[in-house]
Amino acid sequence: MPRRRCVHQPAMLTPVSFESVQAEAARMTSRVSSNTAFWLPVWTLAVRELVRFFRQRTRVVGAVGQPLLFWVLFGAGLHGSFAPPPWAPPNMTYQEYFFPGVAVLIVLFTAIFSTISIIEDRREGFLQGVLAAPISRLSLVLGKLTGGAVLAELQAGLFLALAPLVGLSLTLPAALAVLAFLLLLAFTLTALGFLIAWPLDSTQGFHAIMSVFLMPMWLLSGAFFPAGETGWLSWVIRLNPLTYGVAGLRRLLYLDRELPVATGLPGLATCLAATCLFCAACVAGSVWVASRRSSHDAR
Amino acid sequence: MTSPPAIVVENLSHRYGERQALSQVAFTVGPGEIFGLLGPNGGGKSTLFRIMATLLPVQEGVVQLLGSDVRGAAAAVRRKIGVTFQSPSLDRKLTVRENLTHQGHLYGLRGADLRRRIDERLARLRLSDRAGDRVESLSGGLARRVEIAKGLLHDPQILLLDEPSTGLDPGARRDLWDYFHLLRESAGVTLVVATHLMEEADRCDRLAILDAGRLAAAGTPTELTNSLGGDCLTIRCGDAPALSRALAEQFAVSPRLVAGQIRLETPHGREFLDAVIDAFGGQIESITLGRPTLEDVFVQRTGHRFWSDADDETASAAAARK
Repeated sequence: MPRRRCVHQPAMLTPVSFESVQAEAARMTSRVSSNTAFWLPVWTLAVRELVRFFRQRTRVVGAVGQPLLFWVLFGAGLHGSFAPPPWAPPNMTYQEYFFPGVAVLIVLFTAIFSTISIIEDRREGFLQGVLAAPISRLSLVLGKLTGGAVLAELQAGLFLALAPLVGLSLTLPAALAVLAFLLLLAFTLTALGFLIAWPLDSTQGFHAIMSVFLMPMWLLSGAFFPAGETGWLSWVIRLNPLTYGVAGLRRLLYLDRELPVATGLPGLATCLAATCLFCAACVAGSVWVASRRSSHDAR
Repeated sequence: MTSPPAIVVENLSHRYGERQALSQVAFTVGPGEIFGLLGPNGGGKSTLFRIMATLLPVQEGVVQLLGSDVRGAAAAVRRKIGVTFQSPSLDRKLTVRENLTHQGHLYGLRGADLRRRIDERLARLRLSDRAGDRVESLSGGLARRVEIAKGLLHDPQILLLDEPSTGLDPGARRDLWDYFHLLRESAGVTLVVATHLMEEADRCDRLAILDAGRLAAAGTPTELTNSLGGDCLTIRCGDAPALSRALAEQFAVSPRLVAGQIRLETPHGREFLDAVIDAFGGQIESITLGRPTLEDVFVQRTGHRFWSDADDETASAAAARK
């Protein structure tokens, strides 16, 4: 019987024929190789960021040194005039208040330093070699962002190890949550930097945007001073997407103490959602600007 | 040519805002050919080069590389071509080997295969002993060789080279061209060389002369120089402008001043040479009779000199890109 079926209904056997197995194998191979084609460039671009960073020691000083100096000096200077916000835990000093803000500043500075290199790469010619390679622009963007975000995570993570100095003690799960959230923030701010740096052709232009946009964004995020309940400034702080990043980090640092919801200190779920949204918008924007083939690419 | 062309360019036009950088350029390049794009800076060759390298969009016209359209199949084109840019696309903070490894990864190469390719290219371009050095410590000529090794890493069928001899001394330049010929003969690689150097253009199988965005002439170097016919006289003398005017008056010719010397084409060189010596022998330091050069072809086809206009063009190109 089986033989007869074989002869009379060959069509029924084709789904398991050797050809179809071979085709399936080929499909799987091509899936594997297209994975390689996507992730290998991401990997190599990210590694390049790290290698370059560790070969330019002065960048470490810039990205960690200045925020650290801010923390120590402003912390000492503003100690007397600081009025803790209503939601603050008892005996909060300014240094303690400022602590998550400094961590975000380190992330911001690292993001700026690593994306400013896009402008240098374009000017020196390195970028055109990458643009002429058969890689998707998404790989390019992810490679750059991963490199920058890992650097930011490393430096801000080191800074957060100082938490006991301001009386914060983190359990291991809380510390991991802080680091994970920090990584999300690092990705977001690196993508924001990418979005700004990609169309520019001078580093001076980036510095200008840094002074009038990025620094104010940080200053008005609840990182430097707490938001008042009313007034236009409180609205700026509420509408600033980075407010949710700083507040999210602050909440995770005080995970055991349940700070009340207040202006400039939204609930943890709101912070997470807003930061994820901000991240998605910046990454999508970066992929979009990098995908346009324009005369700018050939400079 | 029996095999299909490696590169087809048809009616290619490109604008930067108001400035027309290329207009109606058309040519084909056969497989295994060394094809030159000769022209002054700002003549349009860099624009054409960047369109072929898929860095600039095709605004108007058709560009096909190995049968793939640059407009639609940029990714397919990118895999088949190697590009060597004029400004080095190397990371100066990385070593030579790191740069090549990075490049290999971008092209999906890795592991033992990538290492073997890197070692082979380094040996071929005599860079093996510098593999561990950072690019910032290399001389311009060495960096250029790394750049070329980088472009060849993935065995491209077409290699695009923008001003490949920039920064190379004459010996290194000769070596480089020997290597180009070897590549063509051993691997059948098609090479496109954008250059403003006449001597480099002379070493190409065929070339296109670009001026102000237009194709002024195309053909083999010999065809192009033969097309002028006759001979070319070069006269060195004390007061070149004055002698040039006197020659124009007496013989009804149109001499040109090139680098302080007088040049002119004439159908009957020998007779003309004698006549010039008879008339102005006292003022002449030296006089050379030779075949026309590609520069003469350029001047004859475009009606202006290679360099003076080139400088204006560069300035206006720079202004147009701002």
